[in-house]
Amino acid sequence: MKKLLLLVLFITVTAVTYAGGYRVSVQGQRAMAMGHTGVAVVNSAELVFFNPAGLVYLENNLNVSAGVSGIFSEVIFQNTESGVSAETDNSVGTPLNLYGSYKINDWMSVGLGVYTPYGSEVTWPTDWAGSHLVNDIDLAAIFVQPVVSFKLSDHFSIGGGPIFVTGSVNFNRNSNRTATDIDGVRSNVTVDDSGVTNWGWTIGAMFNPTENLRVGFNYRSEIIIESEDGEATFSNFPNSLAAPPNGTTSFRAELPLPAELTIGLSYEYKKWLFAFDFNRQFWDVYESLDITFGNGAPASINPRNYKNSSVYRFGLQYEATEKITLRAGYYIDESPVQEGFFAPETPRNDSDGFSGGFSYAITPKLAIDASFFFLRFKEVNASYDFYQENGQNVPFGGTYESSAFGPGLGLTYKM
Amino acid sequence: MIKNNIKYLAVLALGLIACEPEFDNPIEESNNFTSGELDLTNYVALGNSLTAGFADGALYITGQENSFPNILAQQFKIVGGGEFTQPLMADNTGGFAGNNADFPPRLVLVFDENQQPVGPAPYTGAASTTDISANLGGTFNNMGVPGAKSFHLGFEGYGSLNPYFGRFQQSATSSVIADAVAQNPSFFSLWIGNNDILGYATSGGTGEDHNVTGNMDPTSYGSNDITNNGLFSQTYTGLVQALAAGGRKGVLIDLPNVTSIPFFTTVPFAPLSPLDPDFAAQIPTLNETYAGLNMAFVGLGVPERSVEFSATAASAVVIKDESLEDITTQLTAAITPVFGPLAPIIAAQFGQVRQATEEDLLVLTSSSVIGQLDTDRVAELVGLGVPQELAGQLSVKGVTLPLEDQFVLIPAEQTAIKVAQDSYNETIRNLATANGLAFVSMKSQLSQVASGGVSFDGGVITSTFASGGGFSLDGVHPTPRGHALVANGILDALERTYGLVVPRVNPGEFGTITVSNEVN
Repeated sequence: MKKLLLLVLFITVTAVTYAGGYRVSVQGQRAMAMGHTGVAVVNSAELVFFNPAGLVYLENNLNVSAGVSGIFSEVIFQNTESGVSAETDNSVGTPLNLYGSYKINDWMSVGLGVYTPYGSEVTWPTDWAGSHLVNDIDLAAIFVQPVVSFKLSDHFSIGGGPIFVTGSVNFNRNSNRTATDIDGVRSNVTVDDSGVTNWGWTIGAMFNPTENLRVGFNYRSEIIIESEDGEATFSNFPNSLAAPPNGTTSFRAELPLPAELTIGLSYEYKKWLFAFDFNRQFWDVYESLDITFGNGAPASINPRNYKNSSVYRFGLQYEATEKITLRAGYYIDESPVQEGFFAPETPRNDSDGFSGGFSYAITPKLAIDASFFFLRFKEVNASYDFYQENGQNVPFGGTYESSAFGPGLGLTYKM
Repeated sequence: MIKNNIKYLAVLALGLIACEPEFDNPIEESNNFTSGELDLTNYVALGNSLTAGFADGALYITGQENSFPNILAQQFKIVGGGEFTQPLMADNTGGFAGNNADFPPRLVLVFDENQQPVGPAPYTGAASTTDISANLGGTFNNMGVPGAKSFHLGFEGYGSLNPYFGRFQQSATSSVIADAVAQNPSFFSLWIGNNDILGYATSGGTGEDHNVTGNMDPTSYGSNDITNNGLFSQTYTGLVQALAAGGRKGVLIDLPNVTSIPFFTTVPFAPLSPLDPDFAAQIPTLNETYAGLNMAFVGLGVPERSVEFSATAASAVVIKDESLEDITTQLTAAITPVFGPLAPIIAAQFGQVRQATEEDLLVLTSSSVIGQLDTDRVAELVGLGVPQELAGQLSVKGVTLPLEDQFVLIPAEQTAIKVAQDSYNETIRNLATANGLAFVSMKSQLSQVASGGVSFDGGVITSTFASGGGFSLDGVHPTPRGHALVANGILDALERTYGLVVPRVNPGEFGTITVSNEVN
């Protein structure tokens, strides 16, 4: 009981993480409960994502983990000078994951993972003050990742595999701050594409210097989503030869899913397990979001100029009883957004993440995993300065505050 | 186990509550903004088309929504301002159903295939649907009546003369001012008097100047007349007395210079360019024809009336200046040796003619006339026995056929306007001071727009026609962006006089002109 209190305390005084940009770090219920640590934690098939090298150290031959979270996020905005305020009405994000691994022999395991590491759902009120930057956006990417893992010794293993990505995007914004049709309805453009595919890869290694200490490394390559077959819909433009025609046309755009490097360790002491992960996300690939249209409308050029960012994750696990395992975590999540590039389509500043959760073993083979996280963002005064009218930068900014909360449930099966 | 689960649920619940983001200093609770001494629960706006939100030559819904009183009312809401109702038209076409001859639809800017502007034209994408005779019932906060002059506001039964007031008059014998006072406003704005000079100005000074006639009886005034200064002062004083009674607070707005308005500044006095091949080809012939007249002008002691077109620079248009001595008779005699029996006809056409100078203001509507062949005049001349070819040569508007009075404000007419405007503005300013009311000089604000422009976060607002951003396509009324400037000017005045502090609006978020190719 005392230990439970300690854990609860840990949960409430620490914060949870998520990751800046449109990265959504919710790739396993057990890991999530521990601040999304896992590169050096050998616990379940969640290793397919966190570090395929560790799969060979799982005790059972067959391991399956499945889970889904619901992310409730909200962003509020105000500008004390203009007196304008707005808040998002985002739908619930549902990152999900399904992992399985099978030990073929003592030195080799294979696995397969399906997960959703990128996404962004932000819905501002239509025609709000920043509607020339975004009204709403919905990004999603599903990763399918077969892996193989080799045990080189009891102390060292490697693993990796290809990644197949299928992504979708739906993004609406007004054409500028003032254009309307004859009835005053704001001119706007929606770009929509789905089933955009590409390939990447992942590689990992695990080193176990002692029985209680593990060190992990994992790298996931950059993948560029190139949208070529999507549809751009121009709506409510005035019926004029000076304006693009209403209706659908083709568009081209590229969205990078940046590479991510993770190194970390875990240490086991009696019924306790401590884990630390360091993520480095190579966001500098996201220089600009440029959309060109098939109908000859001027291209939409949106400098982003992201910088590489880091996340520091701490997790703790305690086996309370034979059936119950408790977890808690904390992370510090740096935003990749640089000053002057804070666009309301991904309004993320630095945040603290707090997480917690537990597993309950229904049978020795089957366990329920529950997790939650809460992201605390500091209120931030920020602006996006690179929107242009008549060749002149027109900054849009104010005070933003965000929050995100994500409860999740999963199952772990082992045989 | 159950006990433990309850604890987790409690933690979850805490997390959900903490999930709602909240600012340290939310705008709604901040003390940055205050209504000062003002009670803004019932703001009533009085005036003419400028107050109504008339733009692009018509009254239509989005123009009304972007009227400066409505913009003000939205800002007032931050500090407890009340609802602001407007007598909205039925559509965004403007004009009245079945009455487009007198109340045409709005103008839109037409573009060609090369995305170059062709010019404004009446919108024909949808018919006018507003019923000219319907009364909307109820009262409205925006009581701006397009076309109203100062003395119309107190005129009982004005609704029968002006359908814009007829739409919301409380009875057939209502006056605008009586209906306004009956609403018991907590705050008012009054911007009236523009039409007391503007009708004269936009008609090129064809009306009467009652500062010259001394006529103080408005019932005998024509629509293009200048209201007598004394009558204006008397009328305006009465309006302010009624509105400011009992210490009611409000704002008075003065009248801009006509030279701040693109309607008078867009068409240059010298628009005839030799770069236009059609015109260039005619220059030698024209100069040859005018040479005879010019010799006569010199001989008659009026060499300044000579007309000559330059082959290298743009030339001034030929105008009829009714302030010049009519020399038809002398001219007839002088040119008879050359023109024979046609001399009286030609002399009549050039008896009060000169080329325009930079002192003259050509009205916007002259742009569609200059250089055009007046076929009626051709027929008329042919009827008088002028050979067809010569008749054609003598009927090119602004080149051989002088532009009529209605297209030009000559200096004498500009002076008449200025005299009235200065007097009206003095009246307005003095009444504001005497009654402790806020005062806005739209004259100086618009002068700024017209002489360098006013910067905003996306550029500069100028009075350049169509592209300047400040004025709608009728060249007289502001765009929504222009209304935003007006609203900010009023907010400045209300802060100075009454301590009202609310955010200014960003002109960059307000539109300008509307483009459309839905025209006939």
